[in-house]
Amino acid sequence: MRRQIPLALCFIFGAFMAIQYFIPHHSVADMQERILMWLQTLLAFAFLLGTVSLIKVHYHKIRNRADDRAYSYVALAGLLTMIGLGFIHPDHNLPGSPFSLMFLNVQVPIEATMFSLLAFYIASAAFRAFRARTLEATLLLVAAAIVMLGRVPIGDLIHEGIPDATRWILEVPNLASKRGVMIGVGLGMMATALKIVLGIERAWMGGGD
Amino acid sequence: MSWAEKVLSIDRRWIFLAIGIAVTIPFFLPLGLPVVVTPPVQSLYDAVEELEPNSAPLLLSIDYAPATLPELEPMSMAILRHCFRNDVNVVVMTLHPAGYGLAERALLAAAEEHDQVYGEDYAFLGFQPGTSAVILGMGINIRNVFPADAYGVPLDEIPIMQGVRNYDDIPLVISLAGWSAAEAWVYYAYQPYRQRVGAGVTAVMATDFYPYLNAGQLEGLLGGMRGAAEYEELIETPDQGARGMDSQSVIHLLIIVLILVGNIAYFVSRKKKASTAGAAS
Repeated sequence: MRRQIPLALCFIFGAFMAIQYFIPHHSVADMQERILMWLQTLLAFAFLLGTVSLIKVHYHKIRNRADDRAYSYVALAGLLTMIGLGFIHPDHNLPGSPFSLMFLNVQVPIEATMFSLLAFYIASAAFRAFRARTLEATLLLVAAAIVMLGRVPIGDLIHEGIPDATRWILEVPNLASKRGVMIGVGLGMMATALKIVLGIERAWMGGGD
Repeated sequence: MSWAEKVLSIDRRWIFLAIGIAVTIPFFLPLGLPVVVTPPVQSLYDAVEELEPNSAPLLLSIDYAPATLPELEPMSMAILRHCFRNDVNVVVMTLHPAGYGLAERALLAAAEEHDQVYGEDYAFLGFQPGTSAVILGMGINIRNVFPADAYGVPLDEIPIMQGVRNYDDIPLVISLAGWSAAEAWVYYAYQPYRQRVGAGVTAVMATDFYPYLNAGQLEGLLGGMRGAAEYEELIETPDQGARGMDSQSVIHLLIIVLILVGNIAYFVSRKKKASTAGAAS
């Protein structure tokens, strides 16, 4: 029963959500509306689960005196500070609240800085690894150079044909390959969804079968 | 050691330094490079331009986190300025938990610039979890998903939300996203409800959106900082996007030069090694 009930629920709700598009009746629409609200409530719990999991991971690192436990102290301090500011301050969701100020003046610069480092590593990696060793690599290199120049104003100044070549690369070979990949992914998703709804694929229940 | 081998074994900190200088200098000495508007940006601009003033609101979904802020915030500002300049009502929401503060910041800054009044000209719905459920649910009834705005005011008490029930009452949705949220708007708003959707995404993501653009599933597309700069050009308000274009131009050029130098050094070094090996045998 422990396995049959989840499988039956999965089949009933999965099949309902698939066929409801083809049944234009208000009772079906009401049911869909209700399921979407349940789904949103369930997803809200994912945040709670994530927070508990984060606390557990870092708590264990601190308790086991792991070498990198200093980072765990910082992570937990940050987490608890933000949760505390959110709960303590009555107007935490208003602009200018301590929660909002901490987010805009601490988290935003930190995250933006981390992402900005990519520019340095990409430049270094491109210098060291981007080699025209084969025909395919050469094609990739030439296409990348054209698109990089065509996506910035200096490309227009170097040669008026560069933006047109960039547009052609994006709208013809790129589009064709993306569309092929997307159709493949879409069919794969449909096949996987069907396998789950029909109970053929059961890995989502855990236990490895 | 030959010059080619020296180039190939250069300390990467020199490259970091060159990149740092190349990014920084154009901010102090602007090059003022002209920005040419591309068709996907023009289409989105036209879609916003066609909206009726003081009528059904545009829904702007600010779905980005701080990591992609430099590319996407200029887009938010440009679109909000365009709407407020044309007296188009705007409703802002976010599907990303970290997008709340960023959406609010952009909205308040643009509203203050144009003396817009909260509730009458714009509203902020805040964040709700569950991307697909939120988008699908809004197609049925926005109040099921957002019973109140971000500050707890019921939607029925907000003047611009009165009469707005679902996508039938929203002429255009624009998602600015650094992740798959913009695609989700196409899947769950355009496809089942035929809601008109536009998108603004990071430069690396832009290539993924050409199939939707080509199929007419997207009204228009802003790709990276260049997209923002083009939109700023159209609304004749150059700002962060236009400023960033000089730096990005220099950086792209520098990376191409680095790739060229790296390849020349690699082939010279390989040729030398081959001739040395040939002479030895």
